[in-house]
Amino acid sequence: MSRSAESIIRLARIPVITILFGLLVSGCGVNTIPTYEEQAKAKWSDVLNQYQRRADLIPNLVETVKGYAAQERQVLEAVINARARATSIQLPPDTLTDPEAFKRFQDAQAQLTGALGRLIAVSEAYPDLKSNQNFLALQSQLEGTENRIAVARRDYIEAVRNYNTELRTFPGVIWASTVYRSAKPMQTFTVAEETTRPPQVRF
Amino acid sequence: MIVIGGLVPAIPLNKARLCQMNRDGRVKPGHDEEGRIILMATLHARSPMRKVVTVAALLLLFVLPALALDFPALTGRVVDEANILNAATRASLDQKLADLESKTTNQLVVVTLKSLQGTTIEDFGVQLGRRWQIGQRGKNNGVLLIVAPTERKVRIEVGYGLEGSLTDAVTRLIIENSILPRFRANDYPGGISRGADDIIQVLSGDAEEFKQRAAQRPDAAPRSISLGTVLAVLVVIWVIFWLVRQSAVQSGRGKRRRSSFWGTAWSSGSSGGGWSSGSSWSSGSSGGGFSGGGGSFGGGGSSGSW
Repeated sequence: MSRSAESIIRLARIPVITILFGLLVSGCGVNTIPTYEEQAKAKWSDVLNQYQRRADLIPNLVETVKGYAAQERQVLEAVINARARATSIQLPPDTLTDPEAFKRFQDAQAQLTGALGRLIAVSEAYPDLKSNQNFLALQSQLEGTENRIAVARRDYIEAVRNYNTELRTFPGVIWASTVYRSAKPMQTFTVAEETTRPPQVRF
Repeated sequence: MIVIGGLVPAIPLNKARLCQMNRDGRVKPGHDEEGRIILMATLHARSPMRKVVTVAALLLLFVLPALALDFPALTGRVVDEANILNAATRASLDQKLADLESKTTNQLVVVTLKSLQGTTIEDFGVQLGRRWQIGQRGKNNGVLLIVAPTERKVRIEVGYGLEGSLTDAVTRLIIENSILPRFRANDYPGGISRGADDIIQVLSGDAEEFKQRAAQRPDAAPRSISLGTVLAVLVVIWVIFWLVRQSAVQSGRGKRRRSSFWGTAWSSGSSGGGWSSGSSWSSGSSGGGFSGGGGSFGGGGSSGSW
């Protein structure tokens, strides 16, 4: 009995040491950096998803407004152009560490936000348009989407903050300088211009 | 110190936040999932009582409700913080909302707020829904009807899982047609009841769908066994082997002290290794047997003002 138990122990020793070493290392946070990185990327996908949703709403909205306010050509064209620009600038999760690409993406989306804001403001002047059911539905969807964008952006900012903090603080900084040398801080949103400036409505 | 230390197990800190201390000895705030600031008091590494200080620093965890919004407690399906509902309305609403949940598992909670505390109702709604975890975990089928009479704002906040049936446009229609006309006439109970009725009607609109959902009710999410569980089980098995062997050694020859030493170290390591599956916050406080099911929100729904 004792002899067979002893031999089992002897056989089990190396795997057990390996397992305990694994436990020890993961207890020290070796998994934290990749975990946070994946979380931040997932949050970024949410952000992209919501921006895409907004872009998908725009053609319908523009068509509806055109039916009632075709003379607002300048505003309508600004929206169409801004949408084209915004959808042409893609920023997949792998390129989130590139500050310039991120800035281009953010600027394009901010421009679209501004153009849409003007379109909604202008449509206030057309009572027929305002009472159109289709327009009301589109408008509420657009508002909802803008709100979802805000939520997704905030979640992303939070995830990136966690990730970037982990890269720069102890003990994450040790893993970042040894195991995860390729891990770079991710870019995040700066406060967008349009949120600090009240919308301008010209008559 | 011990008293403060006693608080620590109640705070679901993870390792990352515990490690978030500056090496230059400054106090550095970290945030937990609920947005509360955790202050980590760290002391200078060269101080003479280094070991004592290190232990003390780990124990010195203050959780301050700074920056975060002050959310009302989830005392039931109707939380009337602004005190604009009479007892009869509250009771009938509560009954309707309970019926809705038992039929469809959708959780609808009516909340009136004294104040939005300086933020927008959209922001407050998402944060409140996430804090209370309204809706079932994995389905995210919660809805909040939020009324802030001080700011004259109303919002229907829709969880991820219901954005398909309770779309922004539908919630807008409910607000514009059912709620706001009554609010404008100062009939808060009427507006809220009618709004809740409309939401319930939309949510139980598709009979087939809600039957299906009701059938799935008993905890649908199968749990997968994580690597951590497997490792923990292996370690436990090893400890059992070691105990068997220990008794064999004691009954037989008394040699091999070395391996017995290692065995002791390992067995204590396995219990104190700090391996735990991610614990999650249970929802705030659950009075009246009601609590959020773990749902989340992403900003769906719409708002109105009167």
